[in-house]
Amino acid sequence: MGETRFVGKGIVKKDAEALLSGKPVYTDDLAPDNCLIIKLLRSPHAHAIIEEIRTDAAKKVPGVEAVFTYQDVPQKRFTEAGQTFPEPSPDDRLILDQRVRYVGDPVAIVAGKDEACVNRALRMIKVKYQVLDPILDFTKALDNPIIIHPEDNYVAKEGKGTDPKRNLCASQSRGEGDVDEVLSHCDYVVEEVYHTKAVNQAMMEPFGAFAMKDIYGRLKITSSTQIPFHVRRIVARALNISKSRVRVVKPRIGGGFGAKQTAVCEVYPAFVTYMTGKPSKIIFTREECFVHGSPRHEMQMSVRIGADKNGKIRAIDLHTLSNTGAFGEHGPTTVDLSGTKSISLYRDLDAFRFSSDVVYTNVLSAGAYRGYGATQGIFAVESAVNELAHKMQMDPSVLREKNIVHEGDRLMNYYGQTTESCALDRCIAKVKEMIDWDKKYPYVKTGPHTVRAVGMALSMQSSGINNCDVGSVQIKLNDDGFYTLMIGCSDMGTGCDTILAQMAADCLGCEYDNIIVRGVDTDQSPYDSGSYASSTTYVTGMAVVKACEQMKSRICEEAAPLMGLAPNEVEFDGALISEKKDPEHFMELADLVTSLQAGSGKIITAAASNTSNVSPPPFMAGAAEVEIDLETGKVTPIDYAAVVDCGTVINSNLARVQTEGGLVQGIGMALYEDIQYTEKGKLKNRNFISYKIPTRLDMGRVRVDFESSYEKTGPFGAKSIGEVVINTPSPAIADAVYNGTGLRFRTLPITSEQVFMGLHKK
Amino acid sequence: MLIELFLNEEKVQADIRPDMMLLDFLRSRGLKSMKRGCDTGNCGLCTVWVDGKPVLSCGVPAARVQGAHITTLEGVQAEAEEFSRFLAEEGADQCGFCSPGLIMNVLALKKENPHPTEAEMKEYLAGNLCRCTGYQAQYRALVKYFGIEEVQQG
Repeated sequence: MGETRFVGKGIVKKDAEALLSGKPVYTDDLAPDNCLIIKLLRSPHAHAIIEEIRTDAAKKVPGVEAVFTYQDVPQKRFTEAGQTFPEPSPDDRLILDQRVRYVGDPVAIVAGKDEACVNRALRMIKVKYQVLDPILDFTKALDNPIIIHPEDNYVAKEGKGTDPKRNLCASQSRGEGDVDEVLSHCDYVVEEVYHTKAVNQAMMEPFGAFAMKDIYGRLKITSSTQIPFHVRRIVARALNISKSRVRVVKPRIGGGFGAKQTAVCEVYPAFVTYMTGKPSKIIFTREECFVHGSPRHEMQMSVRIGADKNGKIRAIDLHTLSNTGAFGEHGPTTVDLSGTKSISLYRDLDAFRFSSDVVYTNVLSAGAYRGYGATQGIFAVESAVNELAHKMQMDPSVLREKNIVHEGDRLMNYYGQTTESCALDRCIAKVKEMIDWDKKYPYVKTGPHTVRAVGMALSMQSSGINNCDVGSVQIKLNDDGFYTLMIGCSDMGTGCDTILAQMAADCLGCEYDNIIVRGVDTDQSPYDSGSYASSTTYVTGMAVVKACEQMKSRICEEAAPLMGLAPNEVEFDGALISEKKDPEHFMELADLVTSLQAGSGKIITAAASNTSNVSPPPFMAGAAEVEIDLETGKVTPIDYAAVVDCGTVINSNLARVQTEGGLVQGIGMALYEDIQYTEKGKLKNRNFISYKIPTRLDMGRVRVDFESSYEKTGPFGAKSIGEVVINTPSPAIADAVYNGTGLRFRTLPITSEQVFMGLHKK
Repeated sequence: MLIELFLNEEKVQADIRPDMMLLDFLRSRGLKSMKRGCDTGNCGLCTVWVDGKPVLSCGVPAARVQGAHITTLEGVQAEAEEFSRFLAEEGADQCGFCSPGLIMNVLALKKENPHPTEAEMKEYLAGNLCRCTGYQAQYRALVKYFGIEEVQQG
């Protein structure tokens, strides 16, 4: 990498001033005052058929504009998942359905002039349900006589092993070698079952969207979404109208973490405005974000892992059972990462097998949450690696050093790819130094009944989905020589507008402030599959690099004739176009634009799209230090050290904050965030009292460093950062707890109560 | 019902529903910096000042602030500038949705206790949730703003 002026620096975010001065830039801030307010009547039953629904009284409430039931909606099934075409999730839902499949499933849509009248109308809708037995235990869903999707118009996608008559959303199996045979010859084998729950993203901005008709009578939807282009597709399909009738605009987003990779709320205002012609909005309460969100897929993972007596890991066998809930959003795809991103951390296995089943149950539909299945799989496999090390009486960091992938290694379960950029060995070395591993492992006694213990785990993720995710950018050269960078990916607080501008400024040799970044409007922005799968820096970033190269050529092409030269005789340095042989002969960029703007019929724009045939994984090592009170069971996070290889760091501040934020979400999953249901299938955790996310008092200290490799297929050598950072805390903390107490937890979260119970049972 | 109060030092009168919360009242007046992030007074996103003291505006009926001076981030832009700059320089704004509530509480702490210890500071701000940053970048900005000597290394 040559000299850069902006890439690698901690540049302040483009939108910082607006955000920090409280400007009205989010969906609900921008909604017009005359929007109809939409609320949903929700099913109190986990599984039922609506026998009768009476809305006449509700419709008469003054101020109520419309009440819709399953009888009013189009009958084409769709999915709310927003993934790159062709969408792998089955089309299994309607805007409203006669069959309700979880507690909270919408039964009616009410729109009115204010919240008060809508709330009154909701109470006046009379529903008679035929209550059915639900499936609430996902280990009993497969081939259960209760069928959750018996409908004829269900659309399964090709090659996903879907069979709705068996409650099977997806199924697959793959591997290499004879895993049973190899395991039978291993000197040490660990065989255990791990369980992670449907944790909630808990982004600070709730789900919300509003719709109105634009001047051409088209539906314009403003939404807090990560996937504007997919929202256009989803809404068009749900309403059974042409995509050309829909426009989606993304304002600033108050966090997403994958939650907003599912269009959980957009169809409601879209439908209301489509039917009434009036602007309408829906803003979820926090309770609705819990009961009608898109949480992480609950997974049960059965792991078998074996090594020879020298500590060579020879085989890994992983079966994942994933709970997609009532609908299949992201069901077939999340599960895949539980195997690809865990098994592939280890090289030269003699055999591996990864099989999975994704089942329907009568709880809310799961979705995408940062880490997307990798988080679950890494908890299982990294925990098993730790257990294997203990069984062999080997330091878990040493077992890893013997077995991890290195640059140039083929990744075992990663679509045949090899890693051309990998500093995982350096990540482990540095994280051990940061946490003072050799001194503290396994634990240090700190008081009469307290110990401080350490634990470690590794993580990898992808950088976009190879041969699938697409990032596109258009660049326009304006007066004075400033550029408009039009992108289709969604900045949701992550700072992608900023890092893409940093790249563009370095590519074009201009000032950072000369790059104006336009947020997404599907009518204007070039197509981008969206901000998910850790794709933006890597996939869209490379599109920026390509478009800037084109832009520079275009500038030379247009300037050369005006200078009496051929394009190959001039060069552009960001400000001046000069003759290669005679640098004193030059033209200023601003003068070029001015001359083109009068009587030339020329315009300078550039557009580029990018997809990659590889998905180079970022890697990291994380080490946790926790204090455990052996009398009370209280587990207190003290320190978390993490070292990340995301290739070249594009923005040193934002990469660090991504990492710190991901780690604390991971700590929340490991210790606090406990999803629970009543025996009738009602979610118990409906607010931040019963669903505890870490506060600044609950996370200890988090320290981050980088060990960069250089990824030659990425922009400036970069890979992704957003997701890899959430995966290590659960297995690292679980092992720290074991190292301090001798108690092994294979189900998350590891609450202090459970530690207390475990200590007393012992 | 009619209420009269001062919004960022401007005297206003309004006819409101008796059950209207201060948060909704302020947003209906075009002041949008404060957000609703929860239903239970847990997140701190709606923090404004009533007579100079930070409150969660989601939990205060507008009728109860009759005659009071309400201050929102829109009304303290100059005062907020320094701390906001520290946040921006750390990249700690991220999605920005929790920032206005945090800033209002930080400025209130500064007035109440200009030189807090690290523990006092964390305790005071414990009710301001953030899901993006893991609080660490906010912590770096706070340390600079309050001139706290970093007890923790790294």
